Formats: sequence, structure tokens, C-alpha cells
Amino acid sequence: MARGAVTGEVRVNNEDKTKKRLLWVSHLTRIRDNQDKAAFAELYAHFAPRVKGFLIKSGADASLAEECAQEVMATCWHKAHMFDPSRASVATWIFTIARNRKIDVLRKQRRPEPEELTWGPEEEPDQADVLALQQESELLGRALADLPAAQRDLIQKAYFGDLSHSEIAAETGLPLGTIKSRIRLALERLRHVLK
Amino acid sequence: MSNIKHHLTDDILMAYSAGTLPEAFNLMVATHLSLCDTCHAHLASFDAVGGEVLDTPDADIAMDTASFAATMALIAGGPTDEIKVTRPKGTLPAPLQDYVGGDLDQIRWKPVGLGVKQAILPTSKDASARLLFIPAGAAMPDHGHKGTEMTMVLQGAFQDDDDYFARGDVETADSDHFHTPVADIHEDCICLAVTDAPLEFKGLLPKIAQRFLRI
Repeated sequence: MARGAVTGEVRVNNEDKTKKRLLWVSHLTRIRDNQDKAAFAELYAHFAPRVKGFLIKSGADASLAEECAQEVMATCWHKAHMFDPSRASVATWIFTIARNRKIDVLRKQRRPEPEELTWGPEEEPDQADVLALQQESELLGRALADLPAAQRDLIQKAYFGDLSHSEIAAETGLPLGTIKSRIRLALERLRHVLK
Repeated sequence: MSNIKHHLTDDILMAYSAGTLPEAFNLMVATHLSLCDTCHAHLASFDAVGGEVLDTPDADIAMDTASFAATMALIAGGPTDEIKVTRPKGTLPAPLQDYVGGDLDQIRWKPVGLGVKQAILPTSKDASARLLFIPAGAAMPDHGHKGTEMTMVLQGAFQDDDDYFARGDVETADSDHFHTPVADIHEDCICLAVTDAPLEFKGLLPKIAQRFLRI
């Protein structure tokens, strides 16, 4: 009985979280179609500090990170029409914008982009595809949260910190082989979830 | 769409997604992705992991008080994107064309001996990128590496030990890997090669050549 109740609760919780992801998608649509400032304000309240944190952990000082986070959020407004919710979650899309900004500003390098980059749908994506992708993102998010702390920590370091595997080795005192196998293990677990 | 058999490694794709690769390697990845749907899809899952990592809350970090108003002012100023040149499809995928300034006919080759030619591309100094022209049937000098070297075929093909590399295929060689790629006899081979350390050649003559090749 108790066990069933807990499972039910977890399921509701996951549905809520998927709803939240779909809510961000509809916010971007409102920004795209109606230049909706209220929707943007909510998106901003959630994502701007996360982008700022990402940049600080990548080596920016607080004022540079603040400035860049504002620019990233302004780009979200201007490029809302390029977002394709059947291909990425809003968090993923914002991550790619923040990452490109990081390369421009922190690393001062050109960022070669592949041909026919995926962003930029020609027509409205199928709602079933959108739902499937956003649910899958929720599963991935949960799988990441459920990873053993040591694995999750290394994945975060690889994305957040501007660190190569050998620099992570120096910082954590772990041998390079261990880091590579932990990351590989973590990726396998994540992949298993996404099957 | 393609018959690519040799793909990008997880290490490289993840680092590309995280934005931690040197420019020369980003160029290699972007060039390969332009030809390879498989790696493109693979990259999307690495970006998804990045999205989830980004979406982890951190109570210690908040935006400044006037931040939202400042962002709205930025928005009112309009988009700041530079205009992208669209280039006609050619042998070189678009990201490479941006570095060359066009397709094959725009490459400024420099002969390096025995019919081999190269063109060094302008990237940041932490790694180097160059295009290589190897006449049909000719061999590259026997060499090993201190760092990581990636070589991708753009035209023709080459054989390295047991493996055959054709257009779009990438060979990734780590340190202590000695190899001798040989261009296929049917066509001159053009490759993009990137490395994060100078190559080591066996023997004295190649060592001297290395100083002029800047590789």
C-alpha cells in the first residue's frame, strides 16, 4: 500500500516536471509570437541566474558573468523563432547559446559551426514529437540527478569548469584513467535511460 | 546520406558540446558534423546533458538588482548578430570554407616536398589546423605524436595500417601511436589535420623538415 502510494507520488512529480518543461516551451512561443514580456520575465527569473552560475564556474568573474548572462537572455528573445521544441529542451537550447557566448568572450576564439545547424524549424513541429522530446529530457535530468555523486560531479566539472580531463585529474587528485572510466560509465547510464 | 565509418570519439564530442576544445579541434568537429548525421545526433545528446547540468539550481548565485531592466534595454537595441556568409556547396564543408575563404581553388598551398602540399589555417595557438594534399599513392612521413592528432579525409582516401579512410572519415591518433598513412592510388588525397602538439618524425631529415612545416 505505502509503496504504491510512493510510486504514485513520484509519477505525479515527474508529470509536473514535464509540464514545467512544456511551460518553458510555451513561454518561448509567446515571446516569439507576441513579444510577451511577462513570459520573458518568468523565463529570465529561472534561467538567467543559472546561466550566470555556468559562466562563473567556467572561470568568469561575477560582473562579466552578469553581463554575459544578460546578453544570453537577450539572444533568447531575439532568436525565439529559431527554437525547435521537438529537438531540444529550453534548457538545452539556452545552454548552447551560453556555451557559444563563453567561447566568444572567455576564450576569445572563433566558433566554427556545422552546416545546416539544427535550430530553425521551417514549420511548426508535431506536438507529439514535442511532448516526447520534453519527456525524454525529464528522464535525462532525473538520471543525471540519480547518478552516484562521484560520476555526477565529474560530468558537471566537464561541462561547467573550463577543464580538460587532465586538468580535472589535477584538481580532484584522481588518476586520468579513473576520470575517463567514470565519465564513460555515467554516459552509458544516461544513454541507457534515453533508449 | 553517407558511408562514414570512422567517427568522432565521445571525448571529443563531449568537449565540443562543453565548449572546451581549442579552435582547431572545433573546426575539425564542425567540419565532420557537416558531413555526418550520426555524430550530429550524438552531439544533440551531449548538448542535452549540458542543458540538464545548466538547469541545476545554485542558491548562491543571483542576478544583480537592475539586471532585468538592463536586459530589456539590450533587447530594445535589437539583435547584435554578425551576418553569416552563405557559401555554395563544394568539396570543402561550410565551416572550412569560412577559414579558406572559398572552396578548393582558394586554398593557398605551399609545397613541402615529394609532391606533398599543405596550407596552415588561422586558428588560436593552443592547437593547429592545416589542409594536406597528398598525391595519389604517396605516403606521409612516418610519425608519432606527443598529443592528439585528428585527420579527416575531404577528397580521395588513405590507408593506415589495416584501416581505410574515405571522405568524411576521421582518424584520431593519441600519443605513442606511430603510423604511416598512404594515399589511395586512384585520386590525390586532401585532408584536414589538427593537432595539439608538434608531431615527432622518425629520422633526421623529417626532423629538419618539421621546422619548416611548422607541424
